[in-house]
Amino acid sequence: MRLGIRARQRFGEVVHWTVLAVFSILLGFPFYWMFITSFKRGPDLYNLKNNPFIFNQKPTLEHLKLLFNETLFLRWLGNTLFAGIFVVAITLLLALPAAYALARLTGRWGGRVGIAIFLTYLVPPTLLFIPLSRIVAQLGLQDSLWSIIVVYPSFTIPFSIWLLMGFFKSIPRELEDAAMVDGLTRFQAFIKLVIPISVSGILTVVIFTFTLVTQEFVYALTFISSAAHETVGLGVPVFLVRGDVYYWGSLMAACLIASLPIAVLYNSFLDRFIAGFTVGSVK
Amino acid sequence: MSALGRQRWLGPAMFLPAILYVVALVGVPFVLAFFYAVGDVKVGSVGYHFVGLANFKSVLQSPAFLRALRNSFVFTICSQILVLIGANILAIALKNAFPGRRFVRFIILLPWVAPVSIGSIGWKWILDSLYSVINWVLIRMHLANEFNPPMWLGQPTLAMMSVILVHTWHMLPFATVIILAGWTAIPKDIPEAAAVDGARFFRRLFQIELPMMLPIINVAVLFGVIFTFTDMTVVYILTRGGPYDTTQVLPSLAFFTGILGSDLAEGAAISLFLVPVLAVVAWLMLRTAHRAEVT
Amino acid sequence: MAIVQTRKLTKLFKKGDPGAVVDVDLESREGEFLVLLGPSGSGKTTLLRMVAGLEEPTSGEILIGGRVVNDLTPRERRIAMVFQSYALYPHLTVLGNISFPLKAQGTPAAERQKKVEWAAGLLGIGHLLARKPRELSGGERQRVALARAIVREPELFLLDEPLSNLDAKLRASARTELEQFQKRVATTTIYVTHDQVEAMAMGDRVVVMNKGSVRQIGTPAEVYDDPADTFVATFLGSPPMNLAEHGNVIVGFRPEHFFPVTHLAGDTAVPEDLRLDDRGGGPYLPLRFRVSHEEYLGAERILYGGIEGGPFDGKRVISRMSSTHGARFESGSLHAFAVREQELKFFDREKGTRTAAVPLNSGGEAGGPPSPSDSGGEAGGPPSPPDSGGGPGGPPSPPG
Repeated sequence: MRLGIRARQRFGEVVHWTVLAVFSILLGFPFYWMFITSFKRGPDLYNLKNNPFIFNQKPTLEHLKLLFNETLFLRWLGNTLFAGIFVVAITLLLALPAAYALARLTGRWGGRVGIAIFLTYLVPPTLLFIPLSRIVAQLGLQDSLWSIIVVYPSFTIPFSIWLLMGFFKSIPRELEDAAMVDGLTRFQAFIKLVIPISVSGILTVVIFTFTLVTQEFVYALTFISSAAHETVGLGVPVFLVRGDVYYWGSLMAACLIASLPIAVLYNSFLDRFIAGFTVGSVK
Repeated sequence: MSALGRQRWLGPAMFLPAILYVVALVGVPFVLAFFYAVGDVKVGSVGYHFVGLANFKSVLQSPAFLRALRNSFVFTICSQILVLIGANILAIALKNAFPGRRFVRFIILLPWVAPVSIGSIGWKWILDSLYSVINWVLIRMHLANEFNPPMWLGQPTLAMMSVILVHTWHMLPFATVIILAGWTAIPKDIPEAAAVDGARFFRRLFQIELPMMLPIINVAVLFGVIFTFTDMTVVYILTRGGPYDTTQVLPSLAFFTGILGSDLAEGAAISLFLVPVLAVVAWLMLRTAHRAEVT
Repeated sequence: MAIVQTRKLTKLFKKGDPGAVVDVDLESREGEFLVLLGPSGSGKTTLLRMVAGLEEPTSGEILIGGRVVNDLTPRERRIAMVFQSYALYPHLTVLGNISFPLKAQGTPAAERQKKVEWAAGLLGIGHLLARKPRELSGGERQRVALARAIVREPELFLLDEPLSNLDAKLRASARTELEQFQKRVATTTIYVTHDQVEAMAMGDRVVVMNKGSVRQIGTPAEVYDDPADTFVATFLGSPPMNLAEHGNVIVGFRPEHFFPVTHLAGDTAVPEDLRLDDRGGGPYLPLRFRVSHEEYLGAERILYGGIEGGPFDGKRVISRMSSTHGARFESGSLHAFAVREQELKFFDREKGTRTAAVPLNSGGEAGGPPSPSDSGGEAGGPPSPPDSGGGPGGPPSPPG
């Protein structure tokens, strides 16, 4: 069965495209399903005789209207944005100097702290949420967005420090040395020189921190109970029901809106993220 | 540099706030979890009584706990095996450029980027008892009975399979991205040398390329284990632990007991059983990290 | 029988990408050490990779052992290759590396063991078998790469600049070892390098390439003493051949053929210690040389300066002589130098290819037909035997 090179190449190509198609369908189908459910008329949607993969009746916007007018969805989007902005701000405020200090100023400590940072990831929310629920209650923050604004940085900061360390290490030391010879203090060099140069890395951290905020579920579920204060990731799967009925059309529309914009943002920054993470690991 | 010497306080000053913040919100609750587990804390209770290992004993005797413990391991191991195989195949398909690669990558990443709660509720609809599109296809293909279709979330075995499926679906992109990075780290001429030496595709793959990527694959698997083992979201949304608590896992059981059931002490005790597994994973990761740096 | 042959082999890349190969005809002889020499981007590595099967030709044929191999994978071509980086498998021991090709072809364990020991013994690395590549020095890694290549006893060896990763001192001894190794195993070898010293020292024949095409194929002596065009003439030899324009030819002479002389009543006499072997004798062309500066390199002296008067008036040239010649040349001083006329090479001014000798007059104009006494030793020399299948770089036949 000695096929020529060309036949073997073509066979390889067929296998290649088949693999890509299979995985794309497996991984992407739920989103297609969300899309088609969002716009299908109720009778079409709940009719078992109809082919579910296509629109058998004309698509409709009624689910979307319901979603925006009669549920708290928009409020949740607003809450998520609100919480996200504050969490990003706190994270940057604490992680930027910390990453810089660890990348530049602390020599041997840098490696050890790096490992410690990584170890914090091994202490998951599903272990800490019980004690934290009580702490949050005692601080009077329960059922408020401020509870998650305060708690989320506990996992966004380590991640951001790790990412920023990678970016900072790729900046040659000579730049700051030259600035200090010119009269700036190291802190001034940091603010006026390093941060502007790292804008792309900082932006990447902002995007990834924001996606971490939107993806979080456990703390949100634990700390927040009233519907008006929820984030999108919590509200949509848990509270977008009326009585005991799932309104699948609106629910799927909400899912789509809650995932696609983040996906687009994430994708556009992924290359930069990978560059940062491989730089960081090649000490 | 003298500037550095004079400002030796600058380094610590710059990173201490972050460290303190994280310690406060991670370290303190971690320690508290131990205290709760050996006490009698409930939501709203005021005092604290030390009860030793009573909570642990009662937890270990509860069949619900033992099932949840078993489920945690089963779900994690099964999904990680599927992820490992799938991510490697997908990474090989993605490593060389081809037209449309960016678009394919976008699709592939969706399960990981979308909040896992959103993805889970999406799957809940796909696996719905009445309207499941999967059942529609199976019935049309005469593989399922129209009047007794598979209850993906209603029968214990099927429900477990569904949970494993959603975990695999969610983690596959993450592992693929990491393994892809591993592929790009292999110098181009080593597979070429293997080809000249007479190795065909599969021999090259299994004897040269995958062994070289072992440290990175290790990292992907270990992170995957952590994220899956400690996750409660998929179970909570998909099955709420049902049917009849057959798909409970440790984190979700801890949630139901501690938060919904208000028994913080017992909830804490349950969730502390995550610690030994995490410690083993941490040790394994530090070991492979060492080896990865040496090569 | 030729072991490797290429016919009109061409590989084109996207516009602007270097390393293309254009219309190469090549034929190696059994057991020979054939060197592909050229600057980076000349296509030599691409050519090698096409022979190996790692690069697909745009057009043309490759033959190994008489059969067309264009459609065969590297595995099926029964060749061995040593890469510039050695490409040792980092996760396998030296033993694992060397036995890998044998495992890939299904050799049973006992025979594998014997062959590995033989290869390791041949390269003196038997004591390193248990080590991993990261524990080896550069020279040791190179020997492991060679052992891995030889263990299958292939028909053809392909070597891609295997010495360039070694430091200078090691390179010289590694070069000698490599030459002796090749002679011992007597496998046809194609060796790619940009280092002309390596090419001259090691090659039985040298294929000089530039910008994708072959300029000349010949023994080291042929490409050095009988270059086919100005590129070959200046690429080989350091310092490079002196070139001077003269009418519609370019005249070239090597720095070592340009040396000081004394005039005795109209005759040019060569100082005793510069009088080398009699390479046919013949008249000298006297040239007045004003020295601008000198480099003393220990064993050699290099003089830089300009010619005054005569057919090459104003041209900057280089002279090279052994340090045993003790004469002093002050900067700015004028001296009598000369070149033997038969060492002058003539090249077409437009195309750069070797052409017939022309008489030189001091005005700088090319003269009439060459005088009979000159045609013997001039450009092109006696017709050389059919060589390398008639590549585009062969020297032209002497003027009719």
